[in-house]
Amino acid sequence: MATAKKAAKSAKKPATIKTSAAKSLAIKSTKKFVTLGDCKIEVERRGKGKPLLLLYGEEGLEPEAPFIDALARKYEVIIPSPPGFGASNRPDWIGNMDDVSYVYLDLLEKLDLKKVTVVGCSLGGWIALEMATKDDSRFAKLLLVDPYGVKIGGPYDRDIEDIWCTHPQKLAKLKWHDTEKGKRDFPSMPEDKLAVIARNSESFARFCWEPYMHNVKLKHRLHRVQVPTMFVWGKEDGLVKPSYGKAYSKLVKGAKFVVLPKAGHYPHLEQPEAFLKAVKGFV
Amino acid sequence: MYFWHFTEMPYPHLPDLDTISSMRVNLPSKHFDPKIGADLYNRYLDEHLIADDLGLNIMLNEHHQTATCMDVCAPLSAAVLARQTKNARICILGNPVANRSNPLRIAEEMAMIDCISRGRLDVGFVRGVPYETFAANSNPTQTVERLWEGLGLIVKAWTTHDGPFNFEGKFWHKRQVNLWPRPYQTPHPQIWITGSSDMEAIRQVGSRGYVFATFLQPYDKVKVMFDNYRASFVEHGLPGGGGTAYMPLVYTADSEAEAEKGAQELTWYLNAKTEPQFRNPPGYVPVAFNVKALQGAYSGRTDAVRTRGLEYLQEQGVLIYGTPDSVAKQVKRFYDLVGGFDHLLMMQQAGFLSHERTVKSMTLFAKEVAPQLKDLARTKPLRHAKTAA
Repeated sequence: MATAKKAAKSAKKPATIKTSAAKSLAIKSTKKFVTLGDCKIEVERRGKGKPLLLLYGEEGLEPEAPFIDALARKYEVIIPSPPGFGASNRPDWIGNMDDVSYVYLDLLEKLDLKKVTVVGCSLGGWIALEMATKDDSRFAKLLLVDPYGVKIGGPYDRDIEDIWCTHPQKLAKLKWHDTEKGKRDFPSMPEDKLAVIARNSESFARFCWEPYMHNVKLKHRLHRVQVPTMFVWGKEDGLVKPSYGKAYSKLVKGAKFVVLPKAGHYPHLEQPEAFLKAVKGFV
Repeated sequence: MYFWHFTEMPYPHLPDLDTISSMRVNLPSKHFDPKIGADLYNRYLDEHLIADDLGLNIMLNEHHQTATCMDVCAPLSAAVLARQTKNARICILGNPVANRSNPLRIAEEMAMIDCISRGRLDVGFVRGVPYETFAANSNPTQTVERLWEGLGLIVKAWTTHDGPFNFEGKFWHKRQVNLWPRPYQTPHPQIWITGSSDMEAIRQVGSRGYVFATFLQPYDKVKVMFDNYRASFVEHGLPGGGGTAYMPLVYTADSEAEAEKGAQELTWYLNAKTEPQFRNPPGYVPVAFNVKALQGAYSGRTDAVRTRGLEYLQEQGVLIYGTPDSVAKQVKRFYDLVGGFDHLLMMQQAGFLSHERTVKSMTLFAKEVAPQLKDLARTKPLRHAKTAA
């Protein structure tokens, strides 16, 4: 834990940083902590414009992805880290996505964000829907990319592939159309970054082990979502197949459902141009 | 020194190991022949009865969904042996409290076995090895917390004799807790806890006066663990009981050549295969350990211990084999290297090692090795406990 604490400590100073991608486009980024009850949530804000809340996935890959900067030219992209992820702390009472969604609703209120475009990827998509079913009054619209969160089939149906029981090589094939894109060179990364990766993975298991990657109540609350909603799905997503995505989208009134070819669980990362084209007009 | 016979009750009759990817968690049960299984269960229980006749104590454990261990419920085998043995102490090492749904069931089972055996039971508790979290579907990030909460509740239930209490903890809520029967031993059977890397937990075991046990580790690591245990034991004013236990693989024979053959067979256990995703579930070890794993370090029993030869394993104290005099000498050497210990837990059977050869080794140990070791002094507390800590 010492390394994770060190990582959290070094990130505590509010800093104005320029990411390598942001540098060339001169997009300013700041990172600050926002205190919400006993949660200290790390929040990055990038670019200028109407607010766009980006809820990243369990692996935290999105903040470094190029498609964010395309969004940051039009929006102020606000990227919080959930409790236990990034440099955010993890109070002991946080046990699932239901708990996380209340923290994020507090965040919207504290930052007084209105008419927010919410983009949620994978685990982040699940959080976005948990929030919207409770209170979507600060939402303008909702864009979800291959989210987890509901159980569609029966007790013996494998709606969501069991990632923790799958051989790493097979898992990569289920996750990526092109497994090369998913490769990460961990040994060359600095220790503080590895500590964040290891802690993200731990928190993901803490919150999503059982019930596995879903909230049994969410399905019965989705009718409460009132804002325009769009689901984007990777055609070759082997973790949560497009058939699951389609069934999921039908639970949200009027939601659009779009499938992107040559993409797995992260279509926005594998096919960023096709992704931006597909969501143009919506975001 | 106390001597304990142990077998993990393996089912070794598997297809060629090159054709299966794992012996644990996901090996299909079509590979289990119930007729062979029946023979093996009865054979392993028979060996425990022989241990009793030989004056050895009995250690039992359990694992789930694995060909390496057919004992899926140590309380069941302990119950059988409590009735069928006469003198041996029976130690369950241990009850996987973090993976059991109700700690009070463990408290009841142990109290009943303690009564049937008229107080011959020692009760161990384990956090459960990484791959156990899958079969139990136990959140891997909270097994340590569950172990301590469950254990606390069990001790409270064992030692409360004036009517019911309610319990509202983090993992379990219970009402009208009022154990019938209570344990035969007062205040309760000796508690044992296993460990290997978490020194804070080992110190906690010492401070509570529980026995600390560790398995198949090289002597330099064992010394660090035992030193931490003893330091904590002293700091907390030497509560009653306690002690240290170590488990190597042990094979005793009439000749060095025969001993080497037996030792080679025991190493079957060290080569058990498991698919990588089951070896280190997320959050089972602290973040700092996983940082090292991401950097490429192996986070388990070291490859060296697995793959180096018999002599290396012998030098490390992981594998003890030879003629009776040689075995006695090796145990004494280990004893000296780690600062002494109280319980020698012996895995004297593994893999295909036959009943006849297992019993031969057990008998030689009991008759010719144990007399040379039984009077070794119990572990002494460290003289400079605080500086050693």
